[in-house]
Amino acid sequence: MLADYSILLISAILVNNFVLVQFLGLCPFMGVSNKLETAMGMSMATTFVLTLASACSNLTYHLLLQPLGLEYLKTISFILVIAVVVQFTEMVVRKSSPLLYQVLGVYLPLITTNCAVLGVALLNINKDHNFLQSLFYGFGAAVGFSLVLVLFAAMRERLAVADVPTPFKGAAIGMVTAGLMSLAFMGFAGLV
Amino acid sequence: MRITSPHAHGPMSTPRVMLNVLLATVPGIVVMTHFFGFGTLVNILWGGLVAVACEALALKLRGRPLGFYLKDYSALVTATLLCIALPPYSPWWLIAVGIASAILLAKHLYGGLGYNPFNPAMAGYVILLISFPVQMTAWAPPRGVGELPGLLEALQACFTPAAFDGVTMATPLDVMKQNNSLLVKDLWQQNPQFGRWAGVGWEWANLAFLAGGAWLLYKRIFTWHAPVAMLAALTLMAALFNDGGSSASGGSPLFHLLSGATMFGAFFIVTDPVTSAVSVRGRLVYGAMIGALVYIIRVRGNYPDAVAFAVLIMNFAAPFIDYYTQPRTYGHQRSGGGE
Repeated sequence: MLADYSILLISAILVNNFVLVQFLGLCPFMGVSNKLETAMGMSMATTFVLTLASACSNLTYHLLLQPLGLEYLKTISFILVIAVVVQFTEMVVRKSSPLLYQVLGVYLPLITTNCAVLGVALLNINKDHNFLQSLFYGFGAAVGFSLVLVLFAAMRERLAVADVPTPFKGAAIGMVTAGLMSLAFMGFAGLV
Repeated sequence: MRITSPHAHGPMSTPRVMLNVLLATVPGIVVMTHFFGFGTLVNILWGGLVAVACEALALKLRGRPLGFYLKDYSALVTATLLCIALPPYSPWWLIAVGIASAILLAKHLYGGLGYNPFNPAMAGYVILLISFPVQMTAWAPPRGVGELPGLLEALQACFTPAAFDGVTMATPLDVMKQNNSLLVKDLWQQNPQFGRWAGVGWEWANLAFLAGGAWLLYKRIFTWHAPVAMLAALTLMAALFNDGGSSASGGSPLFHLLSGATMFGAFFIVTDPVTSAVSVRGRLVYGAMIGALVYIIRVRGNYPDAVAFAVLIMNFAAPFIDYYTQPRTYGHQRSGGGE
């Protein structure tokens, strides 16, 4: 039981890392990794939303769509669920912790368009995860996303001062770096 | 240049450091040539040529002075390190692709020596391992276990690979990973490639690289922190999961210390000043994480050895480690890091 969940976590964080192995959530990975501090904020917000959305969409599917025979509506309803969760998170954070709200700022609404969030929700259904498994899988995906986003941001701060040839400055060298990183993460293959 | 008293002058310039590293690889190369034949030497000769050509091309494209940068020997060091890691009797195109990726992609795309975030040799190795897994896992049997090809055959293997009919054999690390039925003791008896402590040939090659590394340490080319932390973490992991040599054992600590690329990685790859963490605490963390990752990927992952993967993953984490292990500035309070 415990072993099952730790395998699920390791798989989502390292072996099938959502960014570097499954290539989901690349937009925030490239877009919000210029500074370490914003990357940290984005990681925290995404972790919260991804875990919650993963569980909520699982409930939606099993309690609402399946009994009504409306499984084919899962993609569109998950998008709705994710938008609601993001909006809800934003409201709660604004009322309860204005400081965190300021740190997260614009990144909170941006998570709605993070394809990793929808990806996790749909993968949960494909893999027949139950509620608790969905919760863990969502959390693992978020931790994996945060890990590589934060490491990548620290590296990009260093790349910004490197003597990169002009045609490769900025996003281009970022893509090359992400590709090399993706190769390195292939070393985790077979771990679980 | 005349230097007067308060100015200390570092006797180690980049070319001196690189030459020392090249010299320190010699014992390892000699031992590998003794046990695996001329393959490694041919690799290095051909790889060195390709590396200098790639370096010259990149410098020309960027309009840098050729002579100055070629004379720092950094391309030759990258080529030597990558060619030691490649299986002996590799075909010429494999070596050329590896060296070109290492020098052009992993080094010059980032601005050349001193800016590369990934160790060029290990980046080239991983690119090859993932693109050409068959060629990259074909290790010849060591002396005493199989027939060694001569110099002429080694040249033939490199430049007319289609005509070369080489014999390959699973490395001891491979056998240990695949095993889940035999006791380690029986594994040793049934497989001729196991030697006194680890694999035949491998154990002496590792000891030779250890000797080379110790000499570099004595010359103060690098500090002890990262390699010692890596070896300690690897030993600890192996001791924890040795399981008394049962069929579920991952191998004894001594086996892991003297197998595969352990010593070569610890003293020639992990110590790379550009791609590792900078602070003392950072180097300890960096080395220890590499040691732990090497063990995990070796024993549980799909690939036979793990030094290249572990190093590349930790290269990625090195700037982050530095960010959180910055030493306190004298006279200031410790802050959360970064400021």
